[in-house]
Amino acid sequence: MYEGPIQDLIDEFGRLPGIGPKSAQRLAFHVLAADATDVKRLALALTRAKEEVRFCTSCFNVAEAELCRICRDPRRRDDALCVVEEPKDVVAIERTGEFRGRYHVLGGAINPLEGIGPDQLKVRELMSRLSSGSINELILATDPNTEGEATATYLALMVKPMGITVTRLASGLPVGGDLEYADEITLGRAFEGRRKL
Amino acid sequence: MHVRRLELTDVRSYAHAAIDLEPGASVLIGQNGVGKTNLVEAMGYVATLASHRVSNDAPLVRMNAQTAVIRCAIVHEGRELLVELEIVPGKANRARLGRSPVRRARDVLGALRLVLFAPEDLSLVRGDPEQRRRFLDDLLVARQPRFAGVRADYDRVLKQRNALLRSAYLARKVAGQKRDLSTLEAWDQHLADFGAQLLQARLSLVEQLAPHLEDSYQRVSAGEGKAVMEYKATTTPGTILEVLAQVRDEEIARGTTLAGPHRDDLLLRLGELPVKGYASHGESWSYALAMRLASYTLLRSEGIEPVLVLDDVFAELDTGRRERLAELVRDAAQVLITCAVEADVPESLRGARYLVTPGEVRRD
Repeated sequence: MYEGPIQDLIDEFGRLPGIGPKSAQRLAFHVLAADATDVKRLALALTRAKEEVRFCTSCFNVAEAELCRICRDPRRRDDALCVVEEPKDVVAIERTGEFRGRYHVLGGAINPLEGIGPDQLKVRELMSRLSSGSINELILATDPNTEGEATATYLALMVKPMGITVTRLASGLPVGGDLEYADEITLGRAFEGRRKL
Repeated sequence: MHVRRLELTDVRSYAHAAIDLEPGASVLIGQNGVGKTNLVEAMGYVATLASHRVSNDAPLVRMNAQTAVIRCAIVHEGRELLVELEIVPGKANRARLGRSPVRRARDVLGALRLVLFAPEDLSLVRGDPEQRRRFLDDLLVARQPRFAGVRADYDRVLKQRNALLRSAYLARKVAGQKRDLSTLEAWDQHLADFGAQLLQARLSLVEQLAPHLEDSYQRVSAGEGKAVMEYKATTTPGTILEVLAQVRDEEIARGTTLAGPHRDDLLLRLGELPVKGYASHGESWSYALAMRLASYTLLRSEGIEPVLVLDDVFAELDTGRRERLAELVRDAAQVLITCAVEADVPESLRGARYLVTPGEVRRD
């Protein structure tokens, strides 16, 4: 245990995801040794991020203004909507350049063990966007794990009666890999989702 | 298939131990409590990634050590494969296959095919249904490692669904409110999907295993009664959703999932009578042994000779049963036998001898 401010700083770093007690200590001493201007810049970046970054009122992605960059863009298609769990998933899909529609960020996945249900996610907001009538296809891009799959099934069950096409991202083999290195589950799914050439 | 070498570091009572083994019969001799079972437990761990004695990994690691390491060299069709497992309690195990790390420890399943009979197996016939479900699932995974994934997915969905039902139950009981159960249908679908795969596989396994069980019991007991196993299911593979709909109100009232493979049982009978509650100690013991021998015969019929381990089994059997068991397993590719008194092991199985003393194993 250290005294006063340095221990406070270690404790704060230790609360961050992926930072253990040793890393927290290292970061804290790095801050102590750094230039005062560097530290001020870091502190400013932290407070500015918290104060100025907002969530887009339409898709709930991170934004600087009322609407995020994608929702403001008039060139994007209005008829396709892609549902993801987190803002970082938007960035991942944007990197592919494949999708020109708009997004909806749920803020997580349904997870009863952690007390997360539709009310804790942006599901009601999604439904009201879909009921506007301009969306033809809903793409479910939640994570391919137990919770993400359940969320996708839940949304599909809710949306199907509205007459909107619902699609799910395919799961299968990584491109450029060897078949023999794929695990049985991935390979099994790839078999299930095979397509005609 | 046979295990050529087993090496333990900080496993149970062993700081370090290595044992070189041969095909055919080997006998590990030592007094009670010197660590014979620790050796076969480690082998079992390589085959199933779980101990047959304890459900959590902490007791496997030697006192005051952080991690335990098991190295096992397996020879199959003239090729040697080295499996290395590092057991870290409370964390994911690390594994290497042929000196290269694998992404998940699960990937080493299938490298060692092993059938282990141990005194704990008495709970197969006398214990809770969970023991018998685990017996079936472990055998499924040994034959098709893919089922390790199906089982894990089923368990995860079940846990989530139970959490949801539990929160509905508590909301009603404590606050008198109705809880939102709109996501239940989504969980139902996934439970039914994984449940059907698991159930279908268990049903076909039981069908294939039943004749082997009858035969093995016949041979061990020399014709005293007919051993019958029957899978008792709460649903059929195609009706899980239907049955869930029927029990929904009760599920909400009790806050847990009431139908599916996790509520099934394997009924074991001797003639007309259930083994549990009716069979004598000797009969129960022979029955449990017959279940393991049936697994062994089934695995063997698929072309890969599994390794057979008989942990402390002979002391509990009468002379007739000892001789008949020896007859049954004599042609196994590799059979490892542990005992406290060498005279209990029939002559025909006394191959290589290993003396086990506290913390040490030595070829005699």
